[in-house]
Amino acid sequence: MINFLYKGLMRDRSRSFFPLIIITLIVAIIIFFSGFLNGIYNSLFFNTALVNSGHLKVVTHAYNLEHQLLPNDLALLDSDTLLDELNSKYSDYTWTPRITFAGLLDVPDENGETLTQSPVFGLGIDFLSINSTQLKIWDLSKKITKGKIFANKNQVLLSEKLAKRLDVAPGNTVTFIGSTMDGAFSTYNFLVSGIFNLNLGPIDKNMMIVDIKGAEFALDMDNAASEILGYENGLYFDDKETVEMRNVYNIQYSDTTDAYRPFMLALRDSNQMSTIVDFSNVIMFIIMSLFLVVVTLVLWNMGIMNGLRRYGEIGMRLAIGETKGHVFKSMIIESLMVGFLGSAFGTIVGISITSYLQKVGIDYSKAIDSLNSSNFAMPNVFYPQVTVELFYIGFIPGILATVFGTMLAGRAIYSREMAQLFKELEA
Amino acid sequence: MKKNEIIEIKSLVKKFPIGGDFFTALNDINLIVEKGEFSGLVGPSGSGKTTLLNIIGGLDSPTSGEVSVLNNLINETSQEDRALIRRKHMGFIFQNYNLLPVYSVYENVELPLILNKIDKNKRKEMVVNAVESVGLIDKLDSKPNQLSGGQCQRTAIARAIVHKPSIVLADEPTANLDSENSFHIMEIMKQLNKDFETSFIFSTHDEKIMSYLKRIIFLEDGQVSEDKKIIN
Repeated sequence: MINFLYKGLMRDRSRSFFPLIIITLIVAIIIFFSGFLNGIYNSLFFNTALVNSGHLKVVTHAYNLEHQLLPNDLALLDSDTLLDELNSKYSDYTWTPRITFAGLLDVPDENGETLTQSPVFGLGIDFLSINSTQLKIWDLSKKITKGKIFANKNQVLLSEKLAKRLDVAPGNTVTFIGSTMDGAFSTYNFLVSGIFNLNLGPIDKNMMIVDIKGAEFALDMDNAASEILGYENGLYFDDKETVEMRNVYNIQYSDTTDAYRPFMLALRDSNQMSTIVDFSNVIMFIIMSLFLVVVTLVLWNMGIMNGLRRYGEIGMRLAIGETKGHVFKSMIIESLMVGFLGSAFGTIVGISITSYLQKVGIDYSKAIDSLNSSNFAMPNVFYPQVTVELFYIGFIPGILATVFGTMLAGRAIYSREMAQLFKELEA
Repeated sequence: MKKNEIIEIKSLVKKFPIGGDFFTALNDINLIVEKGEFSGLVGPSGSGKTTLLNIIGGLDSPTSGEVSVLNNLINETSQEDRALIRRKHMGFIFQNYNLLPVYSVYENVELPLILNKIDKNKRKEMVVNAVESVGLIDKLDSKPNQLSGGQCQRTAIARAIVHKPSIVLADEPTANLDSENSFHIMEIMKQLNKDFETSFIFSTHDEKIMSYLKRIIFLEDGQVSEDKKIIN
C-alpha cells in the first residue's frame, strides 16, 4: 500500500511537486527574512559596539562607576596580561585595548601661537599592531574622505566636522593638550594624516582617532588601557550570550572590594542601551511572529486545499474498504513527507542565500546617501546573519502548518456520515 | 437468515436532519436478496435508491430497523468491520467511475487486492483476469484520461469484481454512457453474474438497464411500491 501511495504521490504533481515548490519557496523566504532581520538587528548595534561598548567591555570597577568622566587614572594596568587572559578564555571574541580620552586640540600658526582650538574626544585604538583586526572592523579606508590612515603613533585622524571647525587639513600639525593618567599636564604634537566621516551624526563631532601607542605615549599609559573591548569573531551581537558571559566573568571577582578589579560590561550595560536592546528584541519578535503567522496560514490553507481536492479519491478508497483511520493516516504521512522535504530544501536554499549575503552584504549606499545628512546612524551595508535558529525555524510552518491543514481537511472523513461525504465526493 | 440469503432488511427507516426537521428517505423497507441475484432498485430521483444502496454497503447507518449483510448486522457493526466487509465481499460501481487519474488501468484494478493484502504474483493474475473479462486487456497501461467513458466504466467494473466479491453495488452505472456503451456494460455484468454467481444490485431509472434485470424493486417516496421478479 505504501508503494501504491508513493507512486500516486510522485505522479500527481499537484500533490507533490507543486506543494514541494511552494513549501520550499516559503521556507527559503522565512529563513532569508529571519537572517535579514538578524542582520538588521546586528547592524543596529554595530556602531555602538564599534565606537563605544564593543559587544563586551572590561574596565576597572572604579572606572565603571565614573565612566562619564573618562577617568584614565582608574584605567586597567598591566593590560597585556589581562588581554592574553581574555583571548584565551573567550576565544570566540576578539579582544582589543582602547584608550578613551578628552582634552583640547590646539592648531598653532607658523609662530607656534594658537590659531584655533577645540575640545576633543579621542580614541586610541590598536590599529597598527600586527595581529590587530581593528582596521578591518572599522573599515576606516572607506570612511576617510581626505588624506590617508596614519602610519605611526605620531599621526592622527580628525573627523570632518572637527577638521572644518579647526580649519585643518592633512599635513597640518595639531597639539593635543590634556592630562596623563597620573594627573600631570600633557601636550603632544600629532601630524594630521587624514580626515574621516563615520556617518554617525553627532557622534564624531569632536572626534580624533590615534593608534593606541600614540595615546599611550601622549597620556603616559604604557601597558594600560581605559577599557578592553570584545567583539564576537563574526561580529554577530548575541545579547543573551554577552549577558551570560558578563555574569559569569563578574562573579569571579564578587568576593573582593578592590576598586581596580576587572569588571565586564555587556553592550546592553552602556547608556540606556538595555532599553533599546529590549525594545529591539520585542520588535524583532513581533515582526518575525507576524511573518510566521502569515506564512503558516498560507501553508495551512494549501494543506486544506490539497485535502479538499482529494475528496473524490477518499470516498472511493472508503468504498472499496479502506478504513477512515487508514485513509486519514496516509494523508497525514503524505503531507508530513512533502512538508519535511519542502522544509529541508527550503532550509538549504534559504541558508545558502543568507550565507552568501552574509559574506557580500546588501549595499544600501544609494538609499543611505540621502540619509547621510540626517542624524540617523545607519550602516551602508546590511549583512544578513546565519544563526542556529535558521536551521530549524522553517520546519515549524513547513511541516506543522502543512500537516495541520491536511488534518483539518481530513477531519471531514470523521465528522461527516460516510454516505454524505461520499455524495460530496461524487459531485 | 436462510442459507441462500445474502441481504435481509427488516423495517428499515432512514431519516435525514434538514434544518430543525427530518426528511424520511426510507420508510419501512423490508427486503431479502438472494445469492446470484441481478436486481435493480428503480425509481425517480429522491425515491431513496442511493440511500438504500449506501446502507446496504455500510456507507450509511439506518435510523431504525435491521439490515443484515452476509450475516453481519450493519446496525451493530463497527466502522472498521463494515470497511472489512466492503473490502472482502463487496464491489462498488459509480456513475462517475471514480477512477484514480494518476494510476493506470492495471493499478486502479489492483487497489482492492492491495487492500486485501494479496501477494504480488497472485494480484497480477487476478488483475489480468478481471481486465480481460471486461475486454480491456490492451489498455492495461493506459491512464483514465486516455480512455473513453465506456472504457472507464469497464475499468470500474473490473475493479469492483477483481477480488471476487459476493455483492456488487452499482449506482446509476450507465447514467453517463450512450446506448451502445450501456449495452456493453450490462452485457459484461450479466456475464459476470452468470460466471461467478456475484449478486448485482443496481440503482437506476434507466429503462435500458431494466430489461436486463431479473428482479426489479420499485421505490417511491422511500417505500417499496412493487417488487417484481422477471422470469425469462
